[in-house]
Amino acid sequence: MAATVVTVSSGKGGVGKTTTTANLAVALALGGQKVVCIDGDIGLRNLDVVLGLENRIVYDLVDVVEGRCRLRQAMIRDKRLPDLFLIPAAQTRDKSAVSPSDMVRLCDELRGEVDWILIDSPAGIERGFRNALAPADVVLVVTNPEVSAVRDADRVIGLVEAEEKGPARLILNRLNPAMVKRGDMLTADDVLELLAVELIGIVPEDENVIVSTNRGQPVAFDPKAKAGMAFQNIARRLKGEQVAFLDLEEKDGFLHRLSRWMRPGGN
Amino acid sequence: MQHRVLCNRRMMAMANESLIQMKGVRDGLLVTVGDGDWPTVQTALLAYISEKSGFFKGARLTLEVGNRILRAAEMGYLRDVLSDQGVVLWAVLSSSPVTEQTAQTLGLATRMNTPRPERVVRAVENALEGENAVLVQRTIRSGFRVVSKGHVVVVGDVNPGGEVSAGGCVVVWGRARGTLIAGADGNEQAIVCALELMPTQLRIADMVVTLPQRKGKLQPEMVRLQNGRVILEAWNFKEK
Repeated sequence: MAATVVTVSSGKGGVGKTTTTANLAVALALGGQKVVCIDGDIGLRNLDVVLGLENRIVYDLVDVVEGRCRLRQAMIRDKRLPDLFLIPAAQTRDKSAVSPSDMVRLCDELRGEVDWILIDSPAGIERGFRNALAPADVVLVVTNPEVSAVRDADRVIGLVEAEEKGPARLILNRLNPAMVKRGDMLTADDVLELLAVELIGIVPEDENVIVSTNRGQPVAFDPKAKAGMAFQNIARRLKGEQVAFLDLEEKDGFLHRLSRWMRPGGN
Repeated sequence: MQHRVLCNRRMMAMANESLIQMKGVRDGLLVTVGDGDWPTVQTALLAYISEKSGFFKGARLTLEVGNRILRAAEMGYLRDVLSDQGVVLWAVLSSSPVTEQTAQTLGLATRMNTPRPERVVRAVENALEGENAVLVQRTIRSGFRVVSKGHVVVVGDVNPGGEVSAGGCVVVWGRARGTLIAGADGNEQAIVCALELMPTQLRIADMVVTLPQRKGKLQPEMVRLQNGRVILEAWNFKEK
């Protein structure tokens, strides 16, 4: 049971790293895998909130690194999924509290116990990013179809290559098919033309995501939510399955209904 | 009368046979003449040659005279007459040192197997002088840069946020979308080429170059400065 360490990064903040980490963890655990998430964003922790586990934090990552507790004591077990664990970040410290080698040692200790170790990287390319990158076997880069996000993703992909952790795989998050159709948003092809990496998933813009964050119930639990389905598919691709990309066309959009109404012979 | 002429001819032919012998050699024809007074021999030789004029025309003739002493006037005259008939007397072979000397004075060769001048095949100088350049075979991603005092060639894209800074020229075999600086040390002769030239910023020497809007799919282009003006040219495959 040698775990795969997956680091989720982006460069740009707010593109969906934490959402992705939480949802991939849930999707993998729903599929019977044993998963540990680690929040790498020391000082600005969010993974606990998104997973709905914030009121159960006793020990955190820095406590483990500084020896105030054993690793097991810092692992919070999810009540919904017994094979899903979280090691939260410290909120009162900053990224200098942990070093890349601390992270490597921690992951090595966990490798024999679980199938997947997901590390939520903080935004940026400094210490926090380097901490999260150090133990990685696989690097996922999350971006939005938006120029500044893509610019930052390019930087991160380059750094990942330079650290010989590449090639990174891309998750294109918050794609809005209607805007793409209007020509107001970059297409997946536009993004891939620049970034030139393998696409592991496209997650559509979905109101359900915000609702789920507020509730602490990741959208991957919801079989009807498009974003949830997308995260499920990414989890399957991570495991090595070939999964077709979701059709994100707006089937019930106004134009579609209009065209059906106007077809000769009616509906 | 006719009979006598015929007779004479036959006699002459018979005489010729012993007097004149010819064989082909590498350097042309070798004619060996026999003994006898020179006027007779010369007449026979000339008759022989005119008889076989088709054969001799344009030929290089080596004359072998044995130990006969040929004087300069005789040799010179023979050469001229032969020349009139399109035969080049180029060598006289003789065991007589006097004849050899005379021949040499006249500029004639006295040895037959002069080695053929070797055809020295000189390798045509094809190597063109060039200038050193740095070659980078990868895409320059955002935040990465290539810096050189010389020329820079990138096989790959230069992404926005990526930078190429060259003291010389910049060639991008790909999409040039980042910051391109050519002639960084002030060299206004530096040029910039790309398969798709759409940089975030382009500088040649001290000049910030603004490229005009081009419609449709970009073609390979080259940009340079000329008298302070920016010249942007599509790469025309037919010219050059």
